[in-house]
Amino acid sequence: MFINTKIEIQNVRKGFASDKGRLDVITDLEFKVGDGEFVAIVGPSGCGKTTLMNIIAGFLAPDSGAVQVDGVARNGPNSKGIMITQQGSVFPWLTVRENLLFGLPENMPEREELAAKYADLVGLEGFENNYPHELSGGMLKRAEIARALVVKPEILYMDEPFSALDALMSLRMQNELLRILAKERHTVLLITHDVEEAIHLADRILVLSPRPARIQAAFDVVLPRPRRVSSPEAQELRVAILKELGVTEPV
Amino acid sequence: MKMLKQTLPSILVLAAVVAVWWAVVVLTKSVIFPTPGEVVKGTLELARDGTLWEHIGASLFRVGAGFGLAVLFAIPLGLWMGWVHGAFVTLNPLFQILRPISPIAWIPIAILWFGVGNASPIFLIFIASVFPMIVQTTVGVHTIEKRFLRAAENFGVPRGKLFRRVVFPATLPQIIVGMRIGLGVAWLVVVAAEMIALRSGLGYMIIDSRNAGNRYDLVIAGMIIIGLIGLALDGFMRLLENMKSVRWRYVH
Repeated sequence: MFINTKIEIQNVRKGFASDKGRLDVITDLEFKVGDGEFVAIVGPSGCGKTTLMNIIAGFLAPDSGAVQVDGVARNGPNSKGIMITQQGSVFPWLTVRENLLFGLPENMPEREELAAKYADLVGLEGFENNYPHELSGGMLKRAEIARALVVKPEILYMDEPFSALDALMSLRMQNELLRILAKERHTVLLITHDVEEAIHLADRILVLSPRPARIQAAFDVVLPRPRRVSSPEAQELRVAILKELGVTEPV
Repeated sequence: MKMLKQTLPSILVLAAVVAVWWAVVVLTKSVIFPTPGEVVKGTLELARDGTLWEHIGASLFRVGAGFGLAVLFAIPLGLWMGWVHGAFVTLNPLFQILRPISPIAWIPIAILWFGVGNASPIFLIFIASVFPMIVQTTVGVHTIEKRFLRAAENFGVPRGKLFRRVVFPATLPQIIVGMRIGLGVAWLVVVAAEMIALRSGLGYMIIDSRNAGNRYDLVIAGMIIIGLIGLALDGFMRLLENMKSVRWRYVH
C-alpha cells in the first residue's frame, strides 16, 4: 500500500551520560515509514519514545546511525515535518490568527486566506482573534494542529498529542484528526502510551521495548475505517499489543 | 457594591490616620507641626500661585527623561545579553557590581560630571532605573520556555521574525515588570536628587519649605503629593500589564 519510503531510521543509537556512566536510551533502532502512512509507536513510559521522536524530527542528533527523509539525511528540523507535543507550543502572546500566520512567509500573497481556511478546517472559526489563554484545552490543540497544517508539512510528528486532554476530549480530537487527514493526506508518526488510540488511528503499530529501546513487535492494523475500537478484532489486537507491553488481562 | 466593600476598609484607615494626626496636633498645641487642615490650605495656596505645578512638572520631566533613556538603553541591551551567552558572561558581573550601589551614592559624581542643572538628576534616574530593567529583560529571555523556541525553530522562520514574533513578545511581560520596578526607583531618586542640588521640583520644594521659615505644612503637602503621584505612575504601568498580549504570563 505504501510503496515509497518517506522516513527511514537506520541503526540509530542514542545515550546520555549519567552518574552511573553511559546510559543507552536507544540502540540499533531501524524502521521505515511509508509515504502517507500513519505509524504509531507505543512503549512503556521512560523507554525513550520522546528522545526517538526528537531525533527523527531533527531536534536531537543520534550518536550513530542516521535518519533519512525522502532519501536525504536529516540535519536539524524544518517545516517539512512539524512536531506537535503533549504540552503544546501555541504561542500565548499571539492570537490564533497570528499563530497560524507565524510559519508562513511574510511576502506570501494568500497567507491570510490560508490561515482563515485552516482555522475553519479545525473548527476555530470565530476564535481567530482570541488569545490562547482564552481557549479551552481542546481548542488549543486544534489551534496547534491548524498551525502545523497551514505550512503544508509532509510529515506530522505527534508526541502524545492528546494525553493532556481528558478522555472524552482526547477521543473527540482523535476523530477530528482522522477527519482532517481524510481531507489532507499526511505521513504521520504518532507516539502514544494509549493502545486504543493507536488502534483507532494508525495503519501500523510498532511496540518499543523497555530501555534501551528497540522494536519489539510490529502490528499491521488492517481494520476497515471508520474503526470501532470496541469491535472483537480491535480488542483482539489490543490484547496482543498489551501482551507485548507485559500487561495481561484476566480472561 | 463589591467594590465599595473592598475599598471601604482602606478608606476608613486613611480617615483614622488623619483623625489621629489632627487630634494629636491639637492636643499637644504644637506650633510647628501642622494640622491636616493647614496642609490642605498650604497646598491650595501653592496651587493657586502656580509654583506647585512648576515643581510637579519639573520632577516629572526629569523622571520622564531619565527613565526614557534607561528604557531605550536597557531593553536592547537586556535582549542581547539574554540571547547571546557571550554577552551575558562578559557584562553581567559588571552590572551585578553596579546594581547594589544606591543611586544616592552617585550624587557627588553626578554633580562633578553634570553640574547642578537638569542633567544631574536625569543621570541619577538613569542609573537608578537602568539596572533593574536590564536584569529583568535578561531574565525574561533566559526563561522563555524551550517548547516555544523549538516550535519557532521547527517552522524555520528568519532571524528577524524570530526576534519580533517570539523572543521579544515572550520577554515583554518581564520587561514590563522591570519597567515598573525602574519607574518606582526613579521616582524615589528624583526627590532625593532635587533635595541636594536643584532649585525646582518636589524634593526642592520640601527642603526649601523647611529652610525658608519652617513651613511644615508645605513639607507634608510635598510628601503626600509625591506619594500620590508615585501611586499614579505605578497604576499607569499596571495598565501595560493588562495588554492582552502579555496577560498569559500573569493569569497563571
